[in-house]
Amino acid sequence: MAPHELRRPFKRPAISDQQKRRDLSLIRQEKNRLDAQRHARFLASTVLSLQPPADSEIITDSNPSPEQEFELVEEGIEALELDVRQAAKLKGTEARRWFAKQLMLPEWMIDIPDRLCHDWYVLARPAGKRCFVVSSNGTTVSRLRNGTLLHRFPSSLPSGARNKGNSSSQSYCILDCIFHELDQTYYVTDMVCWAGFSLYECTAEFRFFWLNSKLVETGACDPPSVYHKHRFSLPTVYNCDQAGLHASYTQPTSYVKDGLLFYNKHAHYQTGNTPLALVWKDANCSQYVIDTDSKGQILDQQQVVLALQENGKLTTSDEPPVEFGCLDMEFIQKSGLQTGDLLKFSVSDRGLCFTDGKLEKADIQFISKSNRARAFADSFSKIMFQHMVRHSPLQIEDLFASITSSAVKDKEVTDEEMAD
Amino acid sequence: MAMEVTQILLNAQSVDSSVRNHAEESLRQFQEQNLPSFLLSLSGELSNDEKPVESRKLAGLILKNALDAKEQHRKIELVQRWLSLDASTKSHIKSSLLKTLNSVAQEARSTASQVVAKVAAIELPHKQWPELIVTLLSNIHQQPAHSKQATLETLGYLCEEVSPEVIDQEQVNKILTAVVQGMNSAETNNEVRLAATRALYNALGFAQANFSNDMERDYIMRVVCESTLSPEVKIRQAAFECLVAIASSYYDKLSPYISDIFNITAKAVKEDDEPVALQAIEFWSSICDEEIDILEEYGSEFTGDSEIPCFYFAKKALPVLVPMLLETLLKQEEDQDQDEGAWNISMAGGTCLGLVARTVRDDIVPLVVPFVEENISKPEWRQREAATYAFGSILEGPSPDKLIRLVDSALSFMLNALITDPNNHVKDTTAWTLGRVFEFLHGSTVETPIINQANIPQIINVLLQSMKDVPNVAEKACGALYFLAQGYEDIDSPSSPLTQYFQEIVQSLLAVTRREDAGESRLRTAAYEALNEVVRSSTDETGPMVLQLVPLIMMELHNTLEGGLKLSSDEREKQNELQGLLCGCLQVMIQKLGSSDVTKYVFLQFADQMMGLFLKVFGSRSATAHEEAMLVIGALAYAMSSDFAKYMPEFHKYLEIGLQNFEDYQVCAITVGVVGDVCRAIEDKILPYCDGIMTQLLKDLSSNQLHRSVKPPIFSCFGDIALAIGENFEKYLMYAMPMLQGAAELSVHTSAVDDDMIEYTNLLRNGILEAYSGIFQGFKGSPKTQLLLSYVPHVLQFLDNLYMEKDMDEVVSKTAIGVLGDLADTLGPNAGPLIQQSVSCKEFLNECLSSDDHLVKESAEWAKLAIGKAISF
Repeated sequence: MAPHELRRPFKRPAISDQQKRRDLSLIRQEKNRLDAQRHARFLASTVLSLQPPADSEIITDSNPSPEQEFELVEEGIEALELDVRQAAKLKGTEARRWFAKQLMLPEWMIDIPDRLCHDWYVLARPAGKRCFVVSSNGTTVSRLRNGTLLHRFPSSLPSGARNKGNSSSQSYCILDCIFHELDQTYYVTDMVCWAGFSLYECTAEFRFFWLNSKLVETGACDPPSVYHKHRFSLPTVYNCDQAGLHASYTQPTSYVKDGLLFYNKHAHYQTGNTPLALVWKDANCSQYVIDTDSKGQILDQQQVVLALQENGKLTTSDEPPVEFGCLDMEFIQKSGLQTGDLLKFSVSDRGLCFTDGKLEKADIQFISKSNRARAFADSFSKIMFQHMVRHSPLQIEDLFASITSSAVKDKEVTDEEMAD
Repeated sequence: MAMEVTQILLNAQSVDSSVRNHAEESLRQFQEQNLPSFLLSLSGELSNDEKPVESRKLAGLILKNALDAKEQHRKIELVQRWLSLDASTKSHIKSSLLKTLNSVAQEARSTASQVVAKVAAIELPHKQWPELIVTLLSNIHQQPAHSKQATLETLGYLCEEVSPEVIDQEQVNKILTAVVQGMNSAETNNEVRLAATRALYNALGFAQANFSNDMERDYIMRVVCESTLSPEVKIRQAAFECLVAIASSYYDKLSPYISDIFNITAKAVKEDDEPVALQAIEFWSSICDEEIDILEEYGSEFTGDSEIPCFYFAKKALPVLVPMLLETLLKQEEDQDQDEGAWNISMAGGTCLGLVARTVRDDIVPLVVPFVEENISKPEWRQREAATYAFGSILEGPSPDKLIRLVDSALSFMLNALITDPNNHVKDTTAWTLGRVFEFLHGSTVETPIINQANIPQIINVLLQSMKDVPNVAEKACGALYFLAQGYEDIDSPSSPLTQYFQEIVQSLLAVTRREDAGESRLRTAAYEALNEVVRSSTDETGPMVLQLVPLIMMELHNTLEGGLKLSSDEREKQNELQGLLCGCLQVMIQKLGSSDVTKYVFLQFADQMMGLFLKVFGSRSATAHEEAMLVIGALAYAMSSDFAKYMPEFHKYLEIGLQNFEDYQVCAITVGVVGDVCRAIEDKILPYCDGIMTQLLKDLSSNQLHRSVKPPIFSCFGDIALAIGENFEKYLMYAMPMLQGAAELSVHTSAVDDDMIEYTNLLRNGILEAYSGIFQGFKGSPKTQLLLSYVPHVLQFLDNLYMEKDMDEVVSKTAIGVLGDLADTLGPNAGPLIQQSVSCKEFLNECLSSDDHLVKESAEWAKLAIGKAISF
């Protein structure tokens, strides 16, 4: 038995650079595997996507089944080929047009969806500027609905500031927010991409779940600091049952409320107008129920913005567009209007007539071309909602009633089952 | 044959190679034709006192090699072969071996004692040869000295070969009694005492119970301490080795003896022969190792405290220990810095001083500073070097507050010394000390920066100048630059203080790599490593300059691939080493440039050429070069994502070759990781190559030659492939699933006693779970999900078993609960009833939901959502 070796490393760094390279590779691989795993989990599966309604009798023509709507959602995804980071390089009108197309635009609630209390979330919508917040490459940018830049600032979002561990260009975030001037806070109303992973194809249920668990973790909800100029905050999201609706409608919030937002739990993030996210308001929960002019005065008559089509037809921004009337060619030429222009009209009192929920006749007067900053015409639901507000508004009591009746119906079903 | 054997064994040692080869061939044939008779005649030869000692020794050696081998699979074969021999042959061989222990020929005895230990290592765990120890010890007191020596030596080897749980306490007691008596001063024969002392070293691992008994421990310690005073230097050295082993194995039992031991070690360090003095210093280094570990556990928030209390031996001995160590620093050898294998008392003392500083932290500073101040400017180089080394040694441990002012005032002195000191040894240590300053006192975590705008120009200037010095000094200067750059790795601003020197630093480093003497003192390696760190810590500002560096390094790599045939094997080895370094360099650059969109698209223009070079590196035979080439290709695949697919027609065969490299298992392991990189990069475009890759991976798993550490990553890799190719994984299910199931069953129960085995088991579990996760997620949304249904009960059973074993670490918990979610997510209501029956979906899920570890919690929350969906219908 020979004496034992006792030489220790002398004047050498403890870790060789080769070992460091090996370790860094392993860390990268591990992280990438975790990311790939998460990404796979993010993708909505058959289980997590829409379920057909239990009772097929409730489907009527004016009320497309959620299944059909789901098909529409699927089609919308393809439009998102262009990467948001490349889009940041777009300028002027192009940028505006691109960004304007990326947001999900809730329709206005003009009738109450079935299964409101089962399939929907509700939250009190903060008053402020609707915007996209994009963090990438060490900076955070917010853009308004029309694409114009609101702020450029460092934030604690992944890749949102130039500090430790945020250097990867793969990692970027897109949040759907409302910027609340009063407390200079971004209220996050939806999560579109997180740390490089798209959530477009995920259900709202999943997006909110992830939003809740991820945002706080990053420190984005902390008070502002050098590398985090604006605070982010999450409005409380409730299940749309009696208690949830009551809480969102009456509970005081840290922000000024502007109506209620409803999200269908099973819907993906669909850009453009969607009936699977809805907005509703009344005077109790919003200062701006009826449209006002630039001085804040309520207009005598309802105004609508419509898009001028090639054949002179006036349409809404919906897909497919809803026609509200027609301008004659002579008038168009005389006024120097062009196809695609957005035009403002006033609606005479009781000027909209409906049969079976479809527009029969619209009595509208041309006012002028619309403000250039606008990207889109009004949606059908917006016009309808404004019309209803002036004549027969959908009231909070109606919403509560719908939830109660649905609960009663459920109970009856259960009782019947028990009786079997 | 018996007569012939002697001659053959002698011929096998002949200087004439044809005679030798012929003899070796005869031995091989003999072994193949009749193994029992071959072994019998060897043992007969070994035990026969009338035979020449040379043939006896070789007979013993061949016997030994017939019982054990380094490679794991070969070892298992040999064990099986021995166990299956018939009993009478074995018993005959064993009695010959025992008989040899009494031989007068020392070399025959010594060989026999090693063979006895090898046989014991095979038989004792199988409860065979139970009488061995009793037989060995039966009449040890009546034996002549030479037999006694052989018996003790045999016990020593036996304790080295056999694991402690195989021998019962009663026999352990007998062994220890015999050994300690052999060491006792009553024993007059030095050979016996030496054998006994060395045997004790190996027997210490068996003495757990005896060290817990005060009387027995006192006795053993007394005998060991007495042996350190033996007039025989080998005995003193062996006794100190025992003390070193006791310091790490029985730290918590040392309290009553530590002041005596201090006196003994201090005396040895001062005046004993160097081999003894080195062991005496090693004792204190080992004490520090123990206390550093314990204090680290004290400091960590999770455990709160350690199982073993810290006795602060180093701290208590500090006032005498430090001066003793400082004294050793002055005993440098000339040119020790140029000698790779050097190890002397000043090196051991300095190393120990560094460990003491890490143990006692702030307390060491006032004890060392006066020595530094007194000696740093002395005309004798030994004093200047010792002072500098002492200063460098205490830079890790004490809080920066305690050191900043000292370092601040010493910095310009050292920068000056690095250029102007006439002695290379002093310059070497000065550059090393600067490196330590940058390593421990510079960077984003240090509050008061010692490097500022005012001194950075001088620092850079001196380091770059020093890089032109003799190789050993230049190497340390490169090292210092490495840590200087590392301090800026986490920089918070888009601009780094190194930016304006970037070009100059890079050029200087490249110049170093091209020095004719760059092969000495690993200078070239140090220069490339520093270059890597400078690139790693650079910011976007210098991206364009890093880009310019890419074709340069590619050209260097290209040059190494030329004219390989003309090279000598020594030159080729250097060439391969260089290829590894250059691949490493490109890897760092790819990672840097790939992380920014601006530079990524430009550098990807080089991708085709780069890939061409990397593939050529696979033409070399060097494992290190292969490994580095694989790593850099993995980085390239990640940077290129789906575009990488165009290289697959060529590259896939190198993947397969890498996966077959059992011998250099590091290469195999890295290749497995790169398969994962490629899966994620090109996703389903990997499909055409999956047959080849899966075949190799499955072979790897079934091989008992492949190092076990590669197996967990292979399972994870199944998951990567499944996730990439989705339902196309169908055709591999019938092969992969049984392997996963088998491994899962094995991994549930940790028969593991040691930490290594527990860690390995958890790695294995994690790999298996990652495979399941990838497979379930890969099939999501496919009409073929029903193919997975038959595997569900087993997967759920595995999860339940893991949960009930209660010994998962966080990583396994996270992956396991994730698998439950993946299963529910992909199979939905089809698996609902099965999931509901599992324990995992209730208790385990709830436990994970309330975990403190946020990754566990995240997975659990996700699983809850998926399970909720699967069982709500």
